Amino acid sequence: MAARALGSPVTDTLSDSGTVVGDRRWAVLWAYVFLLVFVAFALMPPIYMLITGLKTSSEISAATNPWWVFNPTLANFTELITSPLFQTFFKNSVLVALLTVVITMLISVPAAFALSRMKFWGSGALATGVFLTYLIPETLLFIPLFKMFATFRDWTGIELLNHWYVLVIVYPTLTVPFCTWIMIGYFASIPKELDEAALIDGASWTQTLLKIFIPVALPGLIAATIFAFTVAWAQFLYPLAFTTSQDQLVLSVGIATTLIKADVFNWGQIMAGALLGAAPPLIIYAFLMDYDVAGLTAGAT
Amino acid sequence: MSDLAVRHAAPGATSAKRERSRLRVFLRQRSTVAFLFTLPLILLVGVLVIYPAFYALHLATLNKRMERFVGLSNFTFLFTRETFWMVVRQSCIFAVSAVIFKALIGFTVAHLVHAIPAKGQRKWRGMLLVPWVIPPALSTLTWLWLFDPSYSAFNYVLAGIGIGPVPWTGDALWARVSVILVNIWYGAPFFMIMYLAALKSVPAELYEVAAIDGATFWQRLFYITLPMMRNIIAITTLFSLIVTFANFDIVWILTAGGPIDRTHVFATWAFRLGIQGGDIPLGASVSLVMIPLLAVAAIFILRDVNKRAERM
Repeated sequence: MAARALGSPVTDTLSDSGTVVGDRRWAVLWAYVFLLVFVAFALMPPIYMLITGLKTSSEISAATNPWWVFNPTLANFTELITSPLFQTFFKNSVLVALLTVVITMLISVPAAFALSRMKFWGSGALATGVFLTYLIPETLLFIPLFKMFATFRDWTGIELLNHWYVLVIVYPTLTVPFCTWIMIGYFASIPKELDEAALIDGASWTQTLLKIFIPVALPGLIAATIFAFTVAWAQFLYPLAFTTSQDQLVLSVGIATTLIKADVFNWGQIMAGALLGAAPPLIIYAFLMDYDVAGLTAGAT
Repeated sequence: MSDLAVRHAAPGATSAKRERSRLRVFLRQRSTVAFLFTLPLILLVGVLVIYPAFYALHLATLNKRMERFVGLSNFTFLFTRETFWMVVRQSCIFAVSAVIFKALIGFTVAHLVHAIPAKGQRKWRGMLLVPWVIPPALSTLTWLWLFDPSYSAFNYVLAGIGIGPVPWTGDALWARVSVILVNIWYGAPFFMIMYLAALKSVPAELYEVAAIDGATFWQRLFYITLPMMRNIIAITTLFSLIVTFANFDIVWILTAGGPIDRTHVFATWAFRLGIQGGDIPLGASVSLVMIPLLAVAAIFILRDVNKRAERM
């Protein structure tokens, strides 16, 4: 009896499964195991991009173990980087993405400021309307837009279709609504006393926006910028529908359409191209992920 | 702007009077400035979103060469076609099943990330977000290569454990599974990040009290976590439903609608008919059929958004 009475608390603390601390340790261990499985699933395609990108065509056609590189080579990457066509794709993508970001910010930041601070007739409806336009998918608009640009050419003689800059015109429709929405959220969190003080001191609305709101809401601005850049960089439907000449293509479409040739074993180069195309957004996220996550979750809650 | 007006107030005026005139200037400025600030936004949305949406309605009532008004005959033509109903069914199956799996995986992974020590969470979250960062067109190309009929890296592994080659994109059923699988891979991180943010906002005291009361894991899940996250779960699911329903990139690159139209969704079929087939009115009609389904989701989202606006 005495032995059992003494023994029971000892066994209780020693056996891991019986205590709260032990339970937690096991839970964490299992969490790591499952997370590892999900991370493997998440990272498999980019890793496979790298594996195939490092292979020669002959190694791919020999059908050796696809998950291992026996004769690694950077030939696919150097070939692409030095290819004028690929450079054109990259240049077009960079131009389109950067211009889209600039236009998006010029439109959405003042609008968000006005909608969050200068309550005017219909401002509430406009804010809701802006959010609703974000719910209109590009899949619905590409056909009428295609026809609109063709009609525009017939009227003015200015050809927009099949030029990279047509994308700079349409991409803001994808980025502005959400960026405005993010910025409204950030601006709304700035204490009213701050801009009231500025206005009493004789600052104009423009000064209030530039000197107070933009610096204070900088994290939101960065989140919106990243969002606009990644959307512009990743878009596929609009460039596929609106541009066809090889020298006007952006990366997403260029890699998917021009690199797939009759030669089946061109996959090394396609994967190298995909990895190079995925690199800019990946690098941006590696450094600025926290801003973007904050912006995204702020936009939804 | 006219910020100088304020400084022109007479130096001898009483401060109360000055305050009042300033107020009046503000009010006058306010609506003009607000209008100018929102004008680019209104123009952009009006010219490139609202107008084309209505223009699509107009286009849908024209004949193929766009010279004659044909009323609703584009739609009645679509409704008689077998492929159209198949596209409707497939779009719904894709969207619903992909969103369910995305939500379940996102929820599970968010819990897992939440369970590990805080200092390691950022690293894991970063790795799990990768699918969502890569342009879907490029990652889908990789999936296409992983699914390659003769060089599939999956089939290589499956052959190692004695399972015959799977026709990933060749067979109607498997092609549908593949499209959904890629969709889940791409979209689950979005749910994960949203749910993780929501989980972090649930007060820890609630769980402590529940633990003292001896609540099991499932009780905590159903009586604390899910009710506290209800809003974010609803809005994320509805939002993803719209995006998945209207998805184009993944299906177009992976199967281009094949085999024999068995994976076409609204977007890809509209592209095939409207841009490639040159029948713009018919393509516009196909994409317009999405509207009623999108509208239902939008109404529910709008309700949540209005709730947020009230809080602001």
